[in-house]
Amino acid sequence: MNNNGFNNNYKKNSQWKYTFKRLKKNKAAIIGLILLIILALGAILADFIAPNGYDDQLLSRRFQAPSIQFPFGTDNLGRDIFSRVLHGSRISLQVGLFSVLLSVAIGTIIGSISGYYGKIVDNLLMRFIDIMMSMPRILLAIAICAALGTGIRNLIIAIAIGSIPEFSRIVRGSVLALKNQEFIEAAISNGASDIRIIIKYILPNCMAVIIVQATMSVAKAILSASSLSFIGLGVQQPIPEWGAMLSVGRSYIRNSWWIITFPGLAIMMTIFAINLFGDGLRDSLDPRLKK
Amino acid sequence: MYKYVLRRFLMMIPVLLGVSLIIFTLLYFTPGNPAELLLPEEASEEDIMKKEVELGLDDPFFVRYINYLTGIVFKGDFGISYTTKRPVLDEILVRFPTTALLAIASMLVAVPIGIIAGIISATRQYSALDYIATSLSFVGVSMPNFWQGLILILLFSVTFGWLPSSGFGSFKYWILPAVTIGTSSAANIMRMTRSSMLEVIRQDYIRTARAKGQSERLVKYNHALKNALIPIITVVGISFGNLLGGAVLTETVFSIPGLGKLMVDALNVRNYPLVQGSVLFLALTFSFVNLGVDILYAYVDPRIKYQYSGGKTEKKLTIKEKQRNEQ
Repeated sequence: MNNNGFNNNYKKNSQWKYTFKRLKKNKAAIIGLILLIILALGAILADFIAPNGYDDQLLSRRFQAPSIQFPFGTDNLGRDIFSRVLHGSRISLQVGLFSVLLSVAIGTIIGSISGYYGKIVDNLLMRFIDIMMSMPRILLAIAICAALGTGIRNLIIAIAIGSIPEFSRIVRGSVLALKNQEFIEAAISNGASDIRIIIKYILPNCMAVIIVQATMSVAKAILSASSLSFIGLGVQQPIPEWGAMLSVGRSYIRNSWWIITFPGLAIMMTIFAINLFGDGLRDSLDPRLKK
Repeated sequence: MYKYVLRRFLMMIPVLLGVSLIIFTLLYFTPGNPAELLLPEEASEEDIMKKEVELGLDDPFFVRYINYLTGIVFKGDFGISYTTKRPVLDEILVRFPTTALLAIASMLVAVPIGIIAGIISATRQYSALDYIATSLSFVGVSMPNFWQGLILILLFSVTFGWLPSSGFGSFKYWILPAVTIGTSSAANIMRMTRSSMLEVIRQDYIRTARAKGQSERLVKYNHALKNALIPIITVVGISFGNLLGGAVLTETVFSIPGLGKLMVDALNVRNYPLVQGSVLFLALTFSFVNLGVDILYAYVDPRIKYQYSGGKTEKKLTIKEKQRNEQ
């Protein structure tokens, strides 16, 4: 990835190869990765694995406790919670991935322009970022959700906007650190355009930081998505979003513990897995940070 | 020092203006006509139009924004709540103490647990205690706050019947919400304390302190902790600010009549002035907490005080910005 000098063949991929080697030695990260792969498989194959559809209602089997037929029990409309949790992983992973991709894209653009051009541009963009950062994230997301309305697409947008500031700042920081390095000077004297310098020389060197942050952000995004759905702003019934399921289960907490237990466990396991993997990834990308 | 506080204070003004503009714009585009929502269903077209004029809904965007802003700045007028017909500010002020108290109670749970656990696991790195504390904090960070609340209700009020599950009153009612929010903040504080302490412990001056025969206790608390404090203060400040905002979820779970619950209820009936007011109010509080944190830095770290008291200003970045950039 990093080809800032000559002798490309040697340099190519070497950083990633070492990273992967270190990652393989980190047990916690591998456990996280395995959990994530299981989750992803569950999400992809939900249609085949799930014994029931996510909206198969049957009032005669409402509020059934976990059994062999319904491992996670059934909810207030007689829907199989196991199937719903499984389908729900699709929603969560989708929201997590796409919202982070969106905010990485926008954040990288803002951050690299701001860091590379400096002065007034930097000042203006960063003041704007400051404004966004001075609102608690969840409040911003709530306001955006209220304006856009419910639905998965709007949820993704609302969550993505909330994490743009953090990516802009990280990219800006790395660009500032890089732009006075000699290889950039060399590129400038070779007559490379600004865009070429940013894309070909600067961004590849920021990749490590961005990837680590993005991994962690997926976890935060999934958490925000379920929080917003929990207060009724994100995804609506009958879509099996984990947070929305918890919100429904809350009313039946006295008699049916399973309705709120399993979707929550699913959220926790997902975030746990991403955090484990992200921590490991950070340590292996930058061994100096390892404590 | 005063100059620093004043400057930080003045810097808040454009930020708050920006926040108000963003919130105003977002809610401006929110679907639904408040005039229609306010009137009974059988109201005629004409009545609705009249109501729109009365509420100033027919003015152009910027006129409405400026009116809203001047109302707030000069009269403390955040508008009238559509549902109760009372001033928004009154409604907010009635609810705010509950939210603030909840935040303080949770911090009382979070800060001691977080800092003590962090110090222990940093000073005894790789011991059994360290592993236990780190794994617990990992679980704490991964657990959604509102779900933790639900599970605590399930355990302590539904199953054992020890504590009330919702509502608000005597001390008993505070325990579950404060523990819910407190433990997850404690996890964050613990992680930051641990890594910050570990960084400091490796410094040369710690070795010097040990070499000159300083007792281990003094080394830990006087030399190490003091210098590790800045990132810890940042996290505590951020969690406190987030508690004020994030109370939205916990208050919903425990049905606590705080600002967060007020806002969610207002959102469900499209009571914009109340939503706008609550968000702005929370953002304002958040900014003040941040200001407090920045001032606290100067007390903890004399280098910062020096920088702002006319000493050489080699870098304009505040410590917090540096940290943000490093993260």
